[in-house]
Amino acid sequence: MIGRDYLRHMPSGHDDLGQRRGWLVRLHLDPLLLILMLILIVGGLFVLYSGSDGSIQTVEKQVVRFGLAFVVMFVFAQLDPSVYRRWSPWLFGVGTLALIAVLVAGVGAKGAQRWLQLPGIPRFQPSEFMKLAVPMMLAWYLSRQPLPPGFKAIATALIILGVPTALIVKQPDLGTALLIASAGIFVLFFAGISWKLVGSFFGLAGLAAPLMWFFVMRDYQKQRILTLLDPSSDPLGAGWNIIQSKTAIGSGGLFGKGWMQGTQSHLDFLPESHTDFIVAVLAEEFGFVGVMLLLSVYLMIIGRCLYIATHAQDSYSRLLAGSLTLTFFIYVFVNIGMVSGILPIVGVPLPLISYGGTSAVTLLAGFGILMSIHTHRRMLVS
Amino acid sequence: MRWGTFKNTVREKYLFRRRALLSLVIIFLLSAVLGVRLYYLQIVEHKTYTTLSDKNRVQVEPIPPTRGLIYDRNGVLLAENRPVFSVTIVPELVKNMDKTLARLSKIIKLSPDDEERFRRHLKEYRRPYEPVTLRYNLTEEEIAKLAVHRYDLPGVDVGAELVRYYPYGSTTVSALGYVGRINEKELKTADPVNYAGTHYIGKLGVEKFYENILHGTVGYQNVETNARGRIMRVLERHDPIPGKNIELTIDLRLETLAHKIMAGQRGAVVAIDPNNGDILAMVSSPSYDPNQFVTGIDYDTYKKLRSSPDLPLFNRALRGQYPPGSTVKPFMAIAGLDTGTITPAFRMFDPGFYQLSVGGRKYHDWKRWGHGWVNLHSAIEESCDTYFYHLADKMGVDDMDKYLSMFGFGQNTALDVDEAQQGLLPSRAWKRAVKREPWYPGDSLNMGIGQGYMLVTPLQLATATAVLAARGTWHQPHLLKQVMDGTPVADVLPKQTMSNIHLRSRSEWVSVVGGMEAVMNGPHGTARRVGRGSPFQLAGKSGTAQVVGLPQDNHYDEKEKALRLRDHALFIMFAPAEKPKIAVAVIVENAGSGSGAAAPVAKQIVDAWIQGFPADKDIKPVQDVDEGDR
Repeated sequence: MIGRDYLRHMPSGHDDLGQRRGWLVRLHLDPLLLILMLILIVGGLFVLYSGSDGSIQTVEKQVVRFGLAFVVMFVFAQLDPSVYRRWSPWLFGVGTLALIAVLVAGVGAKGAQRWLQLPGIPRFQPSEFMKLAVPMMLAWYLSRQPLPPGFKAIATALIILGVPTALIVKQPDLGTALLIASAGIFVLFFAGISWKLVGSFFGLAGLAAPLMWFFVMRDYQKQRILTLLDPSSDPLGAGWNIIQSKTAIGSGGLFGKGWMQGTQSHLDFLPESHTDFIVAVLAEEFGFVGVMLLLSVYLMIIGRCLYIATHAQDSYSRLLAGSLTLTFFIYVFVNIGMVSGILPIVGVPLPLISYGGTSAVTLLAGFGILMSIHTHRRMLVS
Repeated sequence: MRWGTFKNTVREKYLFRRRALLSLVIIFLLSAVLGVRLYYLQIVEHKTYTTLSDKNRVQVEPIPPTRGLIYDRNGVLLAENRPVFSVTIVPELVKNMDKTLARLSKIIKLSPDDEERFRRHLKEYRRPYEPVTLRYNLTEEEIAKLAVHRYDLPGVDVGAELVRYYPYGSTTVSALGYVGRINEKELKTADPVNYAGTHYIGKLGVEKFYENILHGTVGYQNVETNARGRIMRVLERHDPIPGKNIELTIDLRLETLAHKIMAGQRGAVVAIDPNNGDILAMVSSPSYDPNQFVTGIDYDTYKKLRSSPDLPLFNRALRGQYPPGSTVKPFMAIAGLDTGTITPAFRMFDPGFYQLSVGGRKYHDWKRWGHGWVNLHSAIEESCDTYFYHLADKMGVDDMDKYLSMFGFGQNTALDVDEAQQGLLPSRAWKRAVKREPWYPGDSLNMGIGQGYMLVTPLQLATATAVLAARGTWHQPHLLKQVMDGTPVADVLPKQTMSNIHLRSRSEWVSVVGGMEAVMNGPHGTARRVGRGSPFQLAGKSGTAQVVGLPQDNHYDEKEKALRLRDHALFIMFAPAEKPKIAVAVIVENAGSGSGAAAPVAKQIVDAWIQGFPADKDIKPVQDVDEGDR
């Protein structure tokens, strides 16, 4: 069958394929990834308890939410990667239609339409769904082409990527649109587009920035960037958040003030201390050491995911796994970057730690797909 | 895939590996950026931030702007700001709130209301270390006592605050409205930054409509406080920009006069300058003192105001909706002339009633034996119902609806009076939608003499009179005369939406105004006793509106009930008839006859405006007059 990799081409018979398979692997879960995730989540619950000012209800809700997300991850891990591949175009199509429906008949608040309310099913956010469907679609398309992709294939891929991105920009939800666009770009990157193209892409992005400023961005978005450059220009409004979170992080020092001892968060100086700004609580209470530990766990997870990606057996799985991994890192980087004052404030939660629902489910679904890719490899008995 | 191209899976795999390795490098580099940033914040700048966070709390303190002042058209101050001393508490600095409150109540007087309000405000959102006010209006003695005890009461402080004060209180409230303490709902809709230090917001009237202009822009200061929250020094200060002062079209003298005339009565007076739409007076009686609402009214006083059967809180000038009675007739006459339904020369015989068909139901004139032969002039002069039954019957509801809406009935045409009611201008479509019945010819007859479904507010009636006085030129009524910093009024006031009324011939205005002059000075004019001897030409029209029923839950005794079922007295007037300077609408509830009770009110207002204001002893309050014409 054209477009599918043949197993007999697989050169790496020497890796862990021949090893004994544990019960977790038989359940299609990856033990190492699972342990790292649990370390993060459980550690995160302690920070959340402090960040929500000792609210056990908040922690309980978070536990229930992650329980649910784990079920989703487990289900996603059971499906064979070929199922994802076959379903990719359909999922993408349905998702795109849902995005159009959001623009026509969506519900939302504060001038943005992001939710879709259909009779019979709970309301959902199609853009959240597209965080998975877009990289799947691009991986499906590019894996059918000879790689590295030619000019025509790249152009087609960019069109596939452009449609949902434009629809989400229109909602407007610039933050999610940028995340989804980068997820798609990562697929292209892993597919091996030439360095010339990567270079010109960054050049274009540089050109596009001023255009975005004048034509796409709304006043509140511009304000966020201005505030980043000079927080003291608006010390009562948006600048307040940055000033307070920097103060929280900086006053934490090397070892921090101790768990539940952060004055910034406990005296309510720090806004959003249990959602987007939770890393400031961690930095204040556990210091530089605490944040570095957090960062290393994230890097270990990312390392494991990249390992899974490189050992995947077909192009589709490789491209998808690679893109999901880099997107995960983008979350971490953007969140910590904005809280520490080097990136503008966009509503990106700290993955696996911030309090909040929808994105946690999407995130764990992604990990489910990664585990599925790793545990459904065909064995060659040597 | 094209024929002839093949996937080289081995090559693809190694390609992916190279890229994955590269991305790992980029990830490490970006993580290093984060690491360096955190190292800078937490290790290098640790001392700075610790200082910020711990030892001396540097706080940003908002400084509220001073609210703009409001003047009347002659520069008399109607709304000012006065310093009021209050006792405040910073909750973060109080270990045991109950104990502190108990101690305070021994030093100064604290009512249960104060305490309850304070506890409510404690629960609302505020910035950390922001003081919460416990009691306003401290006396000198109480301030001194608090100063003595200051050191045993951490967190307690005496603060001065500028609070709105209305020197003329109840006289100006129906136009000015008032400010009150901002509530949580308003805080959500207002700009949170600009209102960071503001405790008051316009709740009603001009204060609400021009909130944006009056409020100003917040300033802030960075202050260094010690551990007890006391400000040690101000590091940096950005002054607030005070709100703009505004001048209203209201004339305080006219407002005061109207209040004195209306003393003890329920009703409203609205006066408008027909040459420019300036609202000169807008009075609702009885009234109330807005000053008690500013810092928060106590429950008992509020309950008393709420439950008074005279409804002092109800702004009748804008929100009272009454049947116009015969005051609608001049406007009907314009409609009749312009549609060609009647001519000035048309005559008919009034036997005292009108019938839609021979032998049908009799619609009675107010004058039992009829007016005899009448034409347009005498029909307005004597307020002949039969003539207008005939006119309404022949013209039909659609034309009545069309012409009356050209005069602003059934809509709020005031540019800066948001709370005004729209009244009710009935039409076929309205009746079908609301009453689920077709429009009957009898409905037209009732509408022709201002009874039935139609409802107007005093403001609408005055507006329509002003448009009539200006012979169809629209100047939509408004309260803002100028913004004192020179901002053009056109930038602030909403755009005019009504278009001038162009009749087929200017002589139609002449005929109708002539009839209205005859009301005041004709041999049979309904208000001839009021108009007698005026040195300038008056034009007016009386009206009497029937009270259909009382509210179901009324608590009136028999005598009171009879009183409350009496007709409302209405009168519209403008003068001088040729070159009008003022148009007035008056409504006195349950006062009996329009020409008897309401006309003298309008006459005194007009006289004062044109001839000069009378001495107090010459003011004649409203007298109930039952007898006399409509």
